[in-house]
Amino acid sequence: MRSVTGKESKFDAFVDKLKKESPIHIAKRMDAPKWLPIVIRIAAVIVAFLVCAIVTVFFEPTAFGTFFTEMFRGTFGTERRVINLFWEAAILLLIALAVTPAFKMKFWNIGAEGQVLMGALMSATCIFYLGGKVSEGGLIVLCLLASVVGSAGWTLIPALFKAKWNTNETLFTLMLNYIATALISLVITVWVKSGSGVVGIMPYGHLPKLGGQDYVLNILIVAFVTVLVWVYLKFSKHGYELSVVGESINTAKYIGISVPKVIIRTMIFSGALCGVAGWLLVNGASYTISTTIAGGRGFTAILISWLAHFDPIIMAITSFLVAFMGRGAAQVSTIANIGGSFEDIATSIFFFIIIASEFFVNYKVKFSFSHSKKKVEGETTENTSEDDSSDAEMMSDTSQTTDSEAQTNEIFDESVPELQTCQSSEDRTCDVSTQNKEVTE
Amino acid sequence: MTYKQYQIGGNSVEKTVAIELRGITKTFGDVVANKNVDLDVYEGEILSILGENGSGKTTLMNMIAGIYFPDAGHIYINGEEVVIKSPKDAFAHKIGMIHQHFKLVDTFSAADNIILGEKCPKFDLKEEKAKLVEAHRAENEAYENYDEAEHPGPLAYMAKPKFHPEKETKRKLALMPLVGIGRRIKFNWLAKKRADVVQDIANRFGFKIDLKKKIYDMSVSEKQTVEIIKVLYRGADILILDEPTAVLTPQEIDKLFDVLRNMKAAGKSIIIITHKLNEVMAISDRVAVLRKGEHIATVNTSETNEQELTEMMVGKKVSLNIDRAEPHDVKNRLVVSGLSAVDADGVKVLDDISFEARSGEILGIAGIAGSGQRQLLEAIAGLYKVKDGTITYFDPAKDDAPVDLRSKTPVQIRDLGVRLSFVPEDRLGMGLVGNMDLIDNMMLRSYRKGFMFLDRKSPKKLAETIVEELEVVTPSTHTAVRKLSGGNVQKVLVGREIAASPSVLMAAYPVRGLDINSSYTIYNLLNEQKEKGVAVIFVGEDLDVLIELCDRILVICAGKVTGVVDGRRAIKEQIGLLMTKTAGDVDENQMSIDDLHDTNNDEGGEAL
Repeated sequence: MRSVTGKESKFDAFVDKLKKESPIHIAKRMDAPKWLPIVIRIAAVIVAFLVCAIVTVFFEPTAFGTFFTEMFRGTFGTERRVINLFWEAAILLLIALAVTPAFKMKFWNIGAEGQVLMGALMSATCIFYLGGKVSEGGLIVLCLLASVVGSAGWTLIPALFKAKWNTNETLFTLMLNYIATALISLVITVWVKSGSGVVGIMPYGHLPKLGGQDYVLNILIVAFVTVLVWVYLKFSKHGYELSVVGESINTAKYIGISVPKVIIRTMIFSGALCGVAGWLLVNGASYTISTTIAGGRGFTAILISWLAHFDPIIMAITSFLVAFMGRGAAQVSTIANIGGSFEDIATSIFFFIIIASEFFVNYKVKFSFSHSKKKVEGETTENTSEDDSSDAEMMSDTSQTTDSEAQTNEIFDESVPELQTCQSSEDRTCDVSTQNKEVTE
Repeated sequence: MTYKQYQIGGNSVEKTVAIELRGITKTFGDVVANKNVDLDVYEGEILSILGENGSGKTTLMNMIAGIYFPDAGHIYINGEEVVIKSPKDAFAHKIGMIHQHFKLVDTFSAADNIILGEKCPKFDLKEEKAKLVEAHRAENEAYENYDEAEHPGPLAYMAKPKFHPEKETKRKLALMPLVGIGRRIKFNWLAKKRADVVQDIANRFGFKIDLKKKIYDMSVSEKQTVEIIKVLYRGADILILDEPTAVLTPQEIDKLFDVLRNMKAAGKSIIIITHKLNEVMAISDRVAVLRKGEHIATVNTSETNEQELTEMMVGKKVSLNIDRAEPHDVKNRLVVSGLSAVDADGVKVLDDISFEARSGEILGIAGIAGSGQRQLLEAIAGLYKVKDGTITYFDPAKDDAPVDLRSKTPVQIRDLGVRLSFVPEDRLGMGLVGNMDLIDNMMLRSYRKGFMFLDRKSPKKLAETIVEELEVVTPSTHTAVRKLSGGNVQKVLVGREIAASPSVLMAAYPVRGLDINSSYTIYNLLNEQKEKGVAVIFVGEDLDVLIELCDRILVICAGKVTGVVDGRRAIKEQIGLLMTKTAGDVDENQMSIDDLHDTNNDEGGEAL
């Protein structure tokens, strides 16, 4: 396309300049090998631990080594701690499982916190009014039923509005959280005449302790629910329908799925699971009710669900890691004496780095600038000499314009041979090596 | 300045070229949207850009308006070469485009929308300070060089400057940033003057519009007016209108044309993209015809006629050698009569449509895109609300007993035993789920069988069969459909729809974006279905294909049937004219069924 007249070649050079690529080149990964995302994520987890350890050093200069030992001592130190760890992971997992069908349907339910609270409230109400009047077994079953119905009913409100009038479910479910919290405050004020605002441990409706240990039954129940949700999403017609609705409402209509019906049905299912979580929290863990009984897990669970790409099995791993981080950090903060917020800080660092790693799972970052790029790609033009000279001109142009740019050129000059090998044969493996460098940096 | 001579009615008139395109080429992947287009637009003229769908009209204009950047070629404005790489650049060169979809803020008033985004003139502090120092230089010098001896007398003290001007200068310099802020405030909140300017523009060109009205209260034509005033307010001399009349009523079109003529009289250049021939004849001075991305010719409107323009637009017939068997055992399978429907805005999208689809025949539907093809097929499939009319299916399994399909949901239609398959226009958005693999996409049609749980075995078998028989290129049947190329996606979709062994098969633009080989695979599949006695409805855009593939062609325009022609005898220009006809005399083109049978038997082979 290069022409003879001066005017046009000047224009061509101008166009080339426009198309000149920036030194950092971000491209979507098209055919990444299957193991690559796993490697990147594992690397991210390691980085997260390292960063947390480094942060502790800021507070307590000698803490770097103790960080790791205490991390494990806090989580696996005693039998009690192991069960606590698994219980924390289980309750996060259960709520994550509850929100997953909705997210797969692209129903942005961020009201899990409130839904769990409503389940807990219903269960506590049953215990408060019926405790001692019916048999323990009967009471537990009644509590479960009440939680499930209460929570599902609470979820049904935004679902109906969405199905009928297409309201914004995100705002709706978010605001319902505050109402649920306020409802619990109200009930507590009515129940506790002393005005202390604390409902003490209620003596009825405790779940049986398997093997003499707290939480063991809870963990088994969550394991059962995990399998149930996995089967529901993967092998049932309902699960298939909700993913079609999530992917494309037009396709759903085209094959004759009733979209409102699927929305309502899925949200009832989702709410029912939140009810189970509320029930476990009251009857199996705290034996009381308060506005903080869900403890922000309703929001953490949303992150877990997303990070696992809605796969129940991966969700189990993710929630275990989050629980491990939280529990371990709590222990570290006690030993190193760096304050109670450290648990939150560690969890935040963990999420931050894991979420950031998703970028590298989906995109590859390459460093290059126009000159090397052209050579690397082996772009052959008819009159190479002219091409080269014009490129050299452009390069000198850029180096003259700004010092910083010239600097970057120098820096990335070193990476040129590496990139060349990248392009030649071992495209993928080389990508990975640069990639991992990125992650660890 | 470049001057060009051109002839109007034999008189040689000298006109100034406003914009000049030379060798403009634009490709999207493998598709060439524009190829080596040369075009001149003069000052004070209305130029129509005419062409079928996909002829590259809008792409070409988008390159002038800075939305796309040409792969090759040059643009000259007032004789000087320019590079337009953003709409901002286009505005800098006084080019404004009014798009088909308006870009207005609903909750703002018309005036606010028009002045929105206008930049406050830059306030360069350094420059302003330098100016100030310069302005005070004379005074300073006068003070410093003041010589009392030069001003003798008792009144000398009066001549002496009272203050040290340098102090004064410094004070003003210190206040300079505040001046900047003040100007900004004046610009942003005291915009009354600009509203007056807008009103002036509206009056000058004869727009009748209430500038205080909010956009959400406005009709489509009012919104369009706001868009036009917005472009004029920015000082555009070259206005591009992308199918401005598509959304307007005839009265509104007249009004718009009056305004356009006023603008032309004011020396503006107006480019109007359209495919309505009568409007081209009514409004434009010259017509540029594009076909398949190439500029065919530019002619003076006064020296041409609709017939000639149609010929240029559709081109010579191209032989495609698609096999076409004689239909046999022809029976009415689907009869639509008096079908009407309105869209969400209450605009009629289907207007009294009647036709019959017959078994063993391919019925083509031709029309400019957006003439109601999509709504027609969706209405039959139970996806679009019908206002009036009937849709009757004759069930071959029940001895051609009539079944009423009107206002039934897709599930109800299926439960009635109607074997209706539909290949929608939007493959990944409607026919398939892009993120699901081949097997799960096959399951869309069959997942309802059985209790509670899914059966993935038979969909897997079906997917494997389709991959093998239709030569779908895919790594495996577990690959997400969106990762396949367009042709393979379409094979998967058509394959699935055919697998349901339909008795009516509707396909909307099944070969759009497909390469030649995939296109022929699809034609062959449709022909196979026809041989099997299926009533095939084929909505197409390429007239050559329609003429070679279909037994009959139903032409619709703006939701109305404008003619039914025999595929074996059809002439491209005839269909082209029917497609662009707005209303009225259609009956002469309509052929009775008897006629058709005769022609089928007598002259069947001739057209091939």
